Amino acid sequence: MSTARTAAVPGWLPAISAIARNTFREAVRDRVLYLMLAFALLMILASRFLAMLTVGSETKIIKDLGLSAISVFGLLTAVFVGVSLVFKEIDKRTIYTLLANPVRRWQFVTGKYAGLLSVLTLNAVVMFAVLTVVLWTYGESPAPLVPAVALILVELSIVAAIAILLSSYTNPMLAALGTVAAYVAGHLSWSFELLARRIPEGSGRGLVRVLSWLVPNLDRLDLKALAVHGVPIPAGQVGYAVLYGLGYAIAVLVLACVVFERREFRA
Amino acid sequence: MGAEPVVELRDVVKVFHGHLGFGRFVAVDGLGFEVRRGEVFGLLGPNGAGKTTTLKLLLGLLRPDSGSIRVLGALPGEPASLARIGFLPEQPYFYDYLTGEEFLDFYGRLHGMSAGERSRRVAETLERVGLRDRARVALRKFSKGMVQRLGLAQAILHDPELVILDEPMSGLDPVGRREVRDLILDLRARGRSVLFSSHILQDAEVLCDRVAIAVRGRLRHLGTLDDMLSRAPRWFEVQVAGPVPAEWTGERRSAQGELTLIRVPDVEALGRLLAAVPGDGGRVVSVWPRRESLEDLFLREVGVSTEAAGDRR
Repeated sequence: MSTARTAAVPGWLPAISAIARNTFREAVRDRVLYLMLAFALLMILASRFLAMLTVGSETKIIKDLGLSAISVFGLLTAVFVGVSLVFKEIDKRTIYTLLANPVRRWQFVTGKYAGLLSVLTLNAVVMFAVLTVVLWTYGESPAPLVPAVALILVELSIVAAIAILLSSYTNPMLAALGTVAAYVAGHLSWSFELLARRIPEGSGRGLVRVLSWLVPNLDRLDLKALAVHGVPIPAGQVGYAVLYGLGYAIAVLVLACVVFERREFRA
Repeated sequence: MGAEPVVELRDVVKVFHGHLGFGRFVAVDGLGFEVRRGEVFGLLGPNGAGKTTTLKLLLGLLRPDSGSIRVLGALPGEPASLARIGFLPEQPYFYDYLTGEEFLDFYGRLHGMSAGERSRRVAETLERVGLRDRARVALRKFSKGMVQRLGLAQAILHDPELVILDEPMSGLDPVGRREVRDLILDLRARGRSVLFSSHILQDAEVLCDRVAIAVRGRLRHLGTLDDMLSRAPRWFEVQVAGPVPAEWTGERRSAQGELTLIRVPDVEALGRLLAAVPGDGGRVVSVWPRRESLEDLFLREVGVSTEAAGDRR
């Protein structure tokens, strides 16, 4: 090499952004993602035909199906891409060369997470753009749906963080099961509170209360029904939900970094 | 060559535990050695010697149970030392959705190189490992040898002071092995230190200033090859055409047509044989002095006797 390089330790940002960029590139070069995206877009477009079968509430059906498509497709991507991200690096041993560079482990986990979030955001933007075009053909504005889509993204950021946490110490199958279980439990979090009220005082109630705290309250992030029916959503409610969701996602990500920090790479 | 060590291991122990804590396997058992600045150091040993585990310990991918490790003056896995190390794992596999150029660009970014520096270094390094014409080809279309060369490119992209290579020759054809050898010698000529593990001894004999031989996680030999191997011939192999003198028939090693290979233990016996052969109507075709090779030493250490190995040759 013509010139010797002074080996300065790079800051944390170049490593995280390089890993995020590479994760994004991997996802967008995967044909499965396009297949799923095409399916979701088809669903949004098909909602226009489904709407013809109803009288008077066509746009509600379109909005409902459109938001559901964004949510379900996002969930599938977050789970299936998320659980394999860290596992694949370990399984294919690409992690050895990666961590032999000046990259701290938390930067690796954060970079992977940031890459996944950028994929989820891009998908949501593409789907929302298609939904917008469909709504315009009915002369409807998509603006009232924006808070609901934003909170779908916040929900996906929690799901993605859980997927990465689980995939940093178990295999993709178990990680996927665990992530889906957390998602379902998150949408049933009201039932923990109800259960806590119904069971008698004692250790059982304490445990249920702890669980209701631990499980993400995903219902709080679900504004789809309100948005579809045009119910005005107070800005405070959205702001609080965003803070809660992002706080939860960051806490899970920090836990993922701690778990990964302790991990050894034997195989 | 300076004596300042770039790698220092002292009494390092690494134990692996089985599933749920059952079973125990001591992969590295009190290993200690130093790699000096500017030298090519070979970590040799059979499969299961703990070579890969040792290299992973140096990079912080594994943590020792006891003992101390310093790499370029820092603890293993510290970004300060990793920024000055290049590493090629055994049988590397890389992101096959990237092209050669994108792959190296990614590693350049991890080192915080600017766009200009990355593009210059990527082009230079691809040229150096002979992959310039594959810069825009996806890695999934690379042969095994090309992946290995790209792995080396990744290890030297940032011009590291210390290059750690895990079995760099494995799976390569003779041309590929020659290229890796030349690259290691080139690194040494530029004052870089190289630590590589191998079970291919010819490479170590050609390349290494010093070697460590490990067997089952323990250090068995450490030093220069000259220190380890006796340079005086240990025996001779003589090829005779025609009848073999009666005294020597017991020393016959192999026979092919009228040619017979005889093992002669020392110089005195060699003199007697050379004098006796013409008298019986035979002819000496060749005399090969046999020195102890690294392979002999290696086989001795792993429990296979030199005699048995000699018989197999």
